[in-house]
Amino acid sequence: MLLVRWVFLLLLALLVVFGPTILPPYYVNLATRVLIFALFAMSLDLLLGYTGLWSFGHAAFFGFAAYGVGLFTLRVQNNVILAVLTSLTATLLLAALFGLLSLRARGVYFMMLTLALAQVVWGVAFKWRSFTGGDDGLPAIPRPDLSPLPLKAANSVDFYIFTAVIFIIAVSILFLITRSPFGASLEGIREHETRMIVLGYNVWLHRYLAHLFAALFAGVAGVLFAYHNGIVSPIDLSVVRSAEALLMVVLGGAGTLFGPVFGALVVELLKHFVSIYTERWLAILGLIYVITVLVAPNGIYEAIQRLFRFRVAPSSNLAPSDHRMRRWILLLRRR
Amino acid sequence: MTVWAIQGLNALSYGILLYLVSVGLTLTLGLLRIINLTHGSYYLLGGYLGLVTIEVTGSFLAGLCVAGVAMMALGLATERLLFRRYSDNEPAQVLLSLGLLFLLGDIALGIWGGTARTIRPPELLAGAVPIGSQQFPSYRLALIGVGLLVAIGLWILLERTRLGLMVRAAVDDPELAQAMRVNVPLVMAGVFSLGALLAGVAGTLGGPIVGMYPGGDFDILLLATVIVILGGMGSLRGAFLGALLIGIIDTIGRSSFPELSLFAIFAPMAAILVLRPQGLFGRAF
Repeated sequence: MLLVRWVFLLLLALLVVFGPTILPPYYVNLATRVLIFALFAMSLDLLLGYTGLWSFGHAAFFGFAAYGVGLFTLRVQNNVILAVLTSLTATLLLAALFGLLSLRARGVYFMMLTLALAQVVWGVAFKWRSFTGGDDGLPAIPRPDLSPLPLKAANSVDFYIFTAVIFIIAVSILFLITRSPFGASLEGIREHETRMIVLGYNVWLHRYLAHLFAALFAGVAGVLFAYHNGIVSPIDLSVVRSAEALLMVVLGGAGTLFGPVFGALVVELLKHFVSIYTERWLAILGLIYVITVLVAPNGIYEAIQRLFRFRVAPSSNLAPSDHRMRRWILLLRRR
Repeated sequence: MTVWAIQGLNALSYGILLYLVSVGLTLTLGLLRIINLTHGSYYLLGGYLGLVTIEVTGSFLAGLCVAGVAMMALGLATERLLFRRYSDNEPAQVLLSLGLLFLLGDIALGIWGGTARTIRPPELLAGAVPIGSQQFPSYRLALIGVGLLVAIGLWILLERTRLGLMVRAAVDDPELAQAMRVNVPLVMAGVFSLGALLAGVAGTLGGPIVGMYPGGDFDILLLATVIVILGGMGSLRGAFLGALLIGIIDTIGRSSFPELSLFAIFAPMAAILVLRPQGLFGRAF
């Protein structure tokens, strides 16, 4: 059975990497975008779904890393490895600082704090025209030179394959994190903080680490985004991006690793096709937010399940299911 | 010296405007525990509705009334129909109110277009008052007066009347208050719509100073958020001082170091949070 599972996963990975390459170039680019935002949404879900920290400023790390790559490439030198390393290190440092500030608060306060901190970064990018390009952003970021690999980043199919490989590596790491005792302790903190403290866990440290991991993966997504898009602008740091990721997570189902991927797919495709037909796509996007909360507060999957089982849904929205709680308890016992 | 006096009055009038918007946000956040990002829309739509009314009737006062009443109705409707269902569910509130913010902002963009609009101050206040060797617009002086009156009125309402006592009781312990025959849902709806009313009025009042433009709802929402965090959620005093502080910082920042002016707003907030995570006048949590 284990072998079957591995073969299945391998086939799935191959499908993700090579499947969309048969599409026309335009859709290959769309697929690249979906994967980038899926990774971004997954990183947020690590905080939101697993740790129970409702961050409302996650785009700070996504956009900061994107700006980092852009600034390094345009202002210092066009070296992929150095640019990515510098940018991700800087993102981690920013996250280390922001975590110290924001983790002092809980609930509503945490949300407002993360929002405000993200706005600091946005404000700097938006106003500091001489360094960041202001609201024009940083245009003309060249695609990276992937020379040891047999890929040419300027080619959209090759760049898709590159993105997909990074995506799969990142997903694997995230999977390992969530299935590890550490991941279980995060879910424990989400469900019952006091109990975890009594059990001897350093709750603050676990939250802090989760925050750092989430920021790092958001940074990876941001780096890919900067290279893919070729231009970074303040909107990539803004509350709009943070909210988009939030929507993707909720739509796909918070606290599941693959839900956000599905959410990213739905949101990006919707955004794309709606914006073809109407100029008022922001209004439509707003409606989607409202409808999501009213109809599918635990994600589309659960909403469909509910529809077909004719079962009364648990009244508490966005709450984890019993079997997931049982799983983390088992994992903790095993430790 | 006169330059500084003028700058100070500018900062004060802007701070007062920010206070009028922040009051609603701090009340709904701190007292009702509802994150209402639609608050920015109340401000922007209030401004646009005021503009339309003033163009039709020619009366500034009518504009204020229409903006206030319409936004109160909108606030009441959103509270009753949407937010009421999700009173303990902050993530749902955020997504809901953010969705409404996008929706209303885009509708406003569709109706009033992408160019910035301003409201002409009423004839009576169109002139200027000499201060030293300079002139200062009398509209801004009147705005300071109105804001101070509102601040005093709200303080008396919440701290010195039976109604205010009911509000504070409903906030501290809703169940006990209900048992003491306070109609808690009604009180909360009242507070919510009062906040929306003030934001709508502030939209029109801000018309001659800030004006209305697409994205103005987001801008004012973020400033108000910072003010509420600075002052402590639910604190009227905190909102007042926070608004004045942000008004001063923003006015100085815009003229002295425009490139970092936004940073200058958020930096003191971060600093205060390190020292007092609950804000200047917030209750510990």
